[in-house]
Amino acid sequence: MQWETVIGLEIHAQLATKTKIFSGASTAFGSEPNTQACLVSLGMPGVLPVFNREAAKMAVKFSSAIGAELGRRSVFARKNYFYPDLPKGYQISQFELPIVGMGKVEIVQENGDVKVVGVTRAHLEEDAGKSLHENFHGMTGIDLNRAGIPLLEIVSEPDIRSAKEAVAYARKIHQIVRYLGICDGNMQEGSFRCDANVSVRPMGQEKLGTRAELKNINSFRFLERAINIEVDRQIDLIESGGEVVQETRLYDSVKDETRSMRSKEEANDYRYFPDPDLLPVELDDDFIADAVAEIPELPDARCKRFVDELGLSLQDAGVLTSSREMADYFETASVGNDAKIAANWVMGEVSAVLNKQGLDIADCPVSAEMLGGMLKRIGDNTISGKIAKDVFEAMWNGEGSADEIIEARGLKQITDSGAIEAIVDEVLAANGKQVENYRNADPDKQPKMLGFFVGQVMKASQGKANPQQVNALLKERLG
Amino acid sequence: MHTHTVSELAAALAAGEFSSVELTQHYLDRIASLDGEINSYITVTPEAALAQAKQADERRAQGEVTPLTGIPLAYKDIFCTDGVKTSCASRMLDNFTAPYNATVVQRLADAGAVMLGKTNMDEYAMGSSNENSYYGCVHNPWDKERVPGGSSGGSAAAVAARLCAAALGTDTGGSIRQPAAFTGITGIKPTYGRVSRYGMIAFASSLDQGGPMAASAEDAAMLLNTMAGFDERDSTSANEAVPDYTADLNNSLQGLRIGLPKEYFDEGLDVDVRASVEQAINVYRALGAEIKEVSLPNTNLAVATYYVVANAECSSNLSRYDGVRFGHRCDDPANLEDLYERSRSEGFGNEVKRRIMVGTYVLSAGYYDAYYLKAQKLRHLISDDFSKVFEEVDVIMGPTTPTTAFKIGEKVDDPVAMYLSDVYTVACNMAGLPGMSIPAAPVNGLPVGLQMIGNYFDEARLLNVAHQFQQQTDWHRQMPAGV
Repeated sequence: MQWETVIGLEIHAQLATKTKIFSGASTAFGSEPNTQACLVSLGMPGVLPVFNREAAKMAVKFSSAIGAELGRRSVFARKNYFYPDLPKGYQISQFELPIVGMGKVEIVQENGDVKVVGVTRAHLEEDAGKSLHENFHGMTGIDLNRAGIPLLEIVSEPDIRSAKEAVAYARKIHQIVRYLGICDGNMQEGSFRCDANVSVRPMGQEKLGTRAELKNINSFRFLERAINIEVDRQIDLIESGGEVVQETRLYDSVKDETRSMRSKEEANDYRYFPDPDLLPVELDDDFIADAVAEIPELPDARCKRFVDELGLSLQDAGVLTSSREMADYFETASVGNDAKIAANWVMGEVSAVLNKQGLDIADCPVSAEMLGGMLKRIGDNTISGKIAKDVFEAMWNGEGSADEIIEARGLKQITDSGAIEAIVDEVLAANGKQVENYRNADPDKQPKMLGFFVGQVMKASQGKANPQQVNALLKERLG
Repeated sequence: MHTHTVSELAAALAAGEFSSVELTQHYLDRIASLDGEINSYITVTPEAALAQAKQADERRAQGEVTPLTGIPLAYKDIFCTDGVKTSCASRMLDNFTAPYNATVVQRLADAGAVMLGKTNMDEYAMGSSNENSYYGCVHNPWDKERVPGGSSGGSAAAVAARLCAAALGTDTGGSIRQPAAFTGITGIKPTYGRVSRYGMIAFASSLDQGGPMAASAEDAAMLLNTMAGFDERDSTSANEAVPDYTADLNNSLQGLRIGLPKEYFDEGLDVDVRASVEQAINVYRALGAEIKEVSLPNTNLAVATYYVVANAECSSNLSRYDGVRFGHRCDDPANLEDLYERSRSEGFGNEVKRRIMVGTYVLSAGYYDAYYLKAQKLRHLISDDFSKVFEEVDVIMGPTTPTTAFKIGEKVDDPVAMYLSDVYTVACNMAGLPGMSIPAAPVNGLPVGLQMIGNYFDEARLLNVAHQFQQQTDWHRQMPAGV
């Protein structure tokens, strides 16, 4: 039988506010356990939540970026359940009235076609703390630093039909929140987490199959892997006469399997009700306008502009706009320079070294301005592309700007025709035999033989002679 | 000294008749000798109180004076007090020392008030008799066989027995007004949002409101001046200017429109209590007020609605007491489930458990619409009743309670009968309106409360109306035998 896969994703994006969603505690990652747990984070008796409107501002940006219907009046609700790292015994979330309503994003499928994936809603909520099971001698440690960090839970429609599409969708959301600057997108640190609702149904059937919810997926690679093995599991199960049960399954990347965490019967009745400690979040025109004014150019628009205005290929523009940092780096470096050469440098040399060193472009020791300065010297023929590689390496090693390095190392290209003539003449005089051979050679073979003389001249000039001038002059002298 | 009102004490302290240290020591001595029979305090903090009193005297010497400087107060044990046990009268929090001050506690401390200790109450403010306390019931100073009312029964009894100059209470469904009525004192529940809830341990967040309990309306006004006001830590606190509540106390009541809801004078009302309330209304008539009958037709739904809303909220508010971070934890939990079950079973008393169960039920899938949502709708109807009445009157008056204080043990086995003693007070909380209880003529030696309900943020008028009554009567000056 032919099976169709149906997937919906729930993405939890930690919002990049400085303080928590309902208290003034810091949100910085990696501090000593419980050092960022204030009285509110601890759920102390008598404390009350106060909403951090920065989180609302970020949600407004997201809403605008996906063309969603903004919830101008949204309501916080309590989701009640007991867990040791949930200090109050309930999570403050949004239920009936979320801050972001129906929206959509476009993804590019494998065949290059564009597909629209619906975003059902996105709502604000607080993160829980962490339970630590290691190094506690059979007990459990609780770290509440994370408790109260704002999350935007982004829920997709069940529009996704394959693991690859799911990854494309997740990457798209990732790209958007990173461009908006509302989430750092760090999946290892848990700033961006994906849960996948996966079901299968016979091709052509309208009714959805029973779904399993996959949790604990912390990379795009694992997302694709987890979905594929879950789809296989469900199909095998049905085809061998079994039935899929609605449950939450944990993805284990080490064992490369999904396993049952809790079934529907064991699921909590969350007893949602509006949180009486918080007023509804009302967004007025000014607040919305201020948030929208801060939205930068988004990846799709930027990619199109790189193609239309800078003359880049769609593919190069796509690579360069994959992250805001990369696009910013490229744009800064390309100011006043040839865009294609700038693109080649960013995607080539710069990316290669970064990859090799495992660095992000934001941490590149050669700033975009420094790269731009070097590109200028290529553009005005001060250095050749070949010398530029040495200059780049020197910049990477902290030897200063391109101009400083060119000056200090005397790398300035020789373009003075008198000086080049002198070197050419010297080389020809020292290689009389080769000159004779060249002159007697078949005209077809001469271009290849010319390379020898070019090499000798470049060597004599320590690579600094302008290659075009050397070529022209040699042809003239040997001709 | 202890027979003075707060305003009289303030004058005496200002005149140098005695120091705050002397006054505080006097109250501490009274507590030591008299509270054994009343049990109004859970915790007394003599050293801290005397240190605060000394500081108050020093501030006074430097000219730093507020009307509350050096006045010894008692705080219901629901208010968090930094470094002092804050138990909510529950075994759950018997070992809990609050690491911070509630906003109102801090404001009173900043004003130079002295804290004598923390008063007894119904566990987590759930009760109308103060019998639901881990620390034992409170005895009504007027008749020690009787309850002082609840849940702020300790504060009420302490004020009535003059074991403090005034006290703080909280009122979710009548918990300031009902014990004030039962013990012959003056108590006001301000408009919801008037007083910050930060640091006041939550029972039902949309109903809870702190307020003063004192010997007179003037004293209550003095305390409210310091307590009221916006607090950025409480999103539900009102960003409304706070008037000087003592400024209008002497306004004339000529032409004041008083509404008497006929539903508050129904067959459930004790005839003697009714007579006492009618006598009090006559005082207002003599002061030039216009009296008219009004109707609050949904009064009969108020108790049922209240117990759905309040219990739903409490079931969630009390989830944080799980034995994980603070409070009671059972011995040797076998696993997480066991930790939760036994810590909560051992830590909470029966009434608290009953309300958590009811609240959990009304929020459950399949019951939410029938109970919680319906209760929210009824809550609107109850509020609308009041809005209509306030189009034609300035103040609503009636009895605070259907009867005088009942005997200890009389209603413990009948929770519904106990809940019905809140019949006249809960609607006010449902609507978020300010309500007050002041002493009217006693019945058979037991105090009777005259309740008055005002429009939103109309506390100044309520206090004025109460104060004028207290200029004509001396019921508020009467004290239990032995005081």
